[in-house]
Amino acid sequence: MRRSTVLLVAALAALVLAVPLLARLPYHRDLVIKVLLFGMLAQAWNILAGYCGQISLGHAVFFGTGAYTSTVLQLEAGLSPWLGLLGGVLLAVLLSQIIGYPCFRLRGHYFAIATIAVGEIVQTLALNWEAIGAARGLSLPIRPDSLAAFQFHRSKYPYYYIVLGLLLTCLAVSAWIERSRVGYYFRAIREDPEAAASVGIPVTRYKLIAMAFSAAFVAAGGTFYAQYVLFLDPESAMPLSLSILICLLAVVGGVGTLWGPVLGAAVLIPLSELTRVQFGGTGRAVDLIIYGALLTAVAVYQPAGLAGLLRRARGR
Amino acid sequence: MALLTLEGVSKRFGGVVANHAISFEVRPGEIVGLIGPNGAGKSTLFDVVTGYYRPDAGRVAFGGRDLVGLRPDQVNRLGIGRTFQKLRPFREMTVLENVMVAVMQHAPQPAAAGEEALGYLEFVGLAGKGSVHARGLSTGERKRLELARALATRPRLLMLDEVTGGVDQKTIPGLVALIGRLRERGLTLVVIEHNMRVIMALADRIVALHLGEVIAEGPPAEVVRDRRLIEAYLGGAYARGA
Repeated sequence: MRRSTVLLVAALAALVLAVPLLARLPYHRDLVIKVLLFGMLAQAWNILAGYCGQISLGHAVFFGTGAYTSTVLQLEAGLSPWLGLLGGVLLAVLLSQIIGYPCFRLRGHYFAIATIAVGEIVQTLALNWEAIGAARGLSLPIRPDSLAAFQFHRSKYPYYYIVLGLLLTCLAVSAWIERSRVGYYFRAIREDPEAAASVGIPVTRYKLIAMAFSAAFVAAGGTFYAQYVLFLDPESAMPLSLSILICLLAVVGGVGTLWGPVLGAAVLIPLSELTRVQFGGTGRAVDLIIYGALLTAVAVYQPAGLAGLLRRARGR
Repeated sequence: MALLTLEGVSKRFGGVVANHAISFEVRPGEIVGLIGPNGAGKSTLFDVVTGYYRPDAGRVAFGGRDLVGLRPDQVNRLGIGRTFQKLRPFREMTVLENVMVAVMQHAPQPAAAGEEALGYLEFVGLAGKGSVHARGLSTGERKRLELARALATRPRLLMLDEVTGGVDQKTIPGLVALIGRLRERGLTLVVIEHNMRVIMALADRIVALHLGEVIAEGPPAEVVRDRRLIEAYLGGAYARGA
């Protein structure tokens, strides 16, 4: 690694460790946790959409799967949320293959549209499924603080370190993918599936692999969310707006890059909070207008995302 | 024994018959030229052989194995490489990465794949362009890249769709020489080509298609005198005059 890279990583590490000292207000702390969570979701989405070129607008399904699996297993079987997290990941991976197999017959926009449809179907099912609380949702019982219970009330900082761990794991796996054959195959499929097949790449199998990685991390994020908020319903755990937000963060940050999606979350999540705090009370949706205008500006003037902007600034 | 065998291959799209009862063989080590006017069904036949289309009837066998029903990637792994008429480089990947992706079915590690890929780039004369994005190449360079990429899958049979199409006159001799060297490597080739001078120089045998059917087959010198072929290209009046 170059000296500047080492320094940059060291500075980032110091910042990350110091955050609990800086963000003392609950509001700021919550914001930081949100940034890390959404950064991970966006990067997980990026594995499928950025590297492999399959734009999904149904990723909320996997988020909901993770959240609901761990919660239902706790309520019904008294299972540890950590085992529930694992179960949610496995179920989401299975579900991703069932959804992916037929949907991957579709190309480009048609694949994206199909994933919206699947997302809506799954949310509708959840809204009417009594066993998982239907539209009323599910509340998790409050337990004393412990890592085993995955609940922290006196100090919320353990949540910060857990979500940081999830994000770093997701980034590490993404970095591995970028450097290995899987990543090369993903990019070839993104560029041209027909040409990829002509050099011996089993296209559908590799799309399914990308989908599995992507779904797994989003589901883990879902379980984290359930343990953090301790309440779930289909409107909050698997709405279309969540799928779109995940996509948006990655696109604004920089699709197909390792740091872009996290960067997107680090900029957009506080920005949406800020505009809401500053202008949200007017009742005229000024916050959303400003937020929308900023997004449009990025899309028009910097289609490579914020990561592309940084790369240019560094003169590469 | 033939390396590639086509028996009664037919493919239709709705009411359009693209290939009708096509039969011919390709023997190991030879270069077969596939010619015919636009719309004769040459590219469709390539797509049928390489698994992009499933034929409505007929048999395609490669080294004794039936290919019908296999996917393109499976056909490639059995040893058939191909290029496309409309070039399809991985645009946002570098030239070297384009070829590495193809090498990786044999050498999964990027480092080893990169080394082998460089060899193919040297062979086609693109060694200096390895770190350039494929979208930045000229048409002639893209043709060479497609060739390197197809070669990198280590095929026994290479199917080239329009080697010199859309390339300026100066570039043609280099590409032709390259294909000559492929034969020296022991490869068997099926080549679609419109430039008659090129095909006469390269091919051991020519198969001529017209409206989806084989209308002539044999050594180049004989096939170009074939009445039906002249009619197909130039119309009946010229054929009668000749």
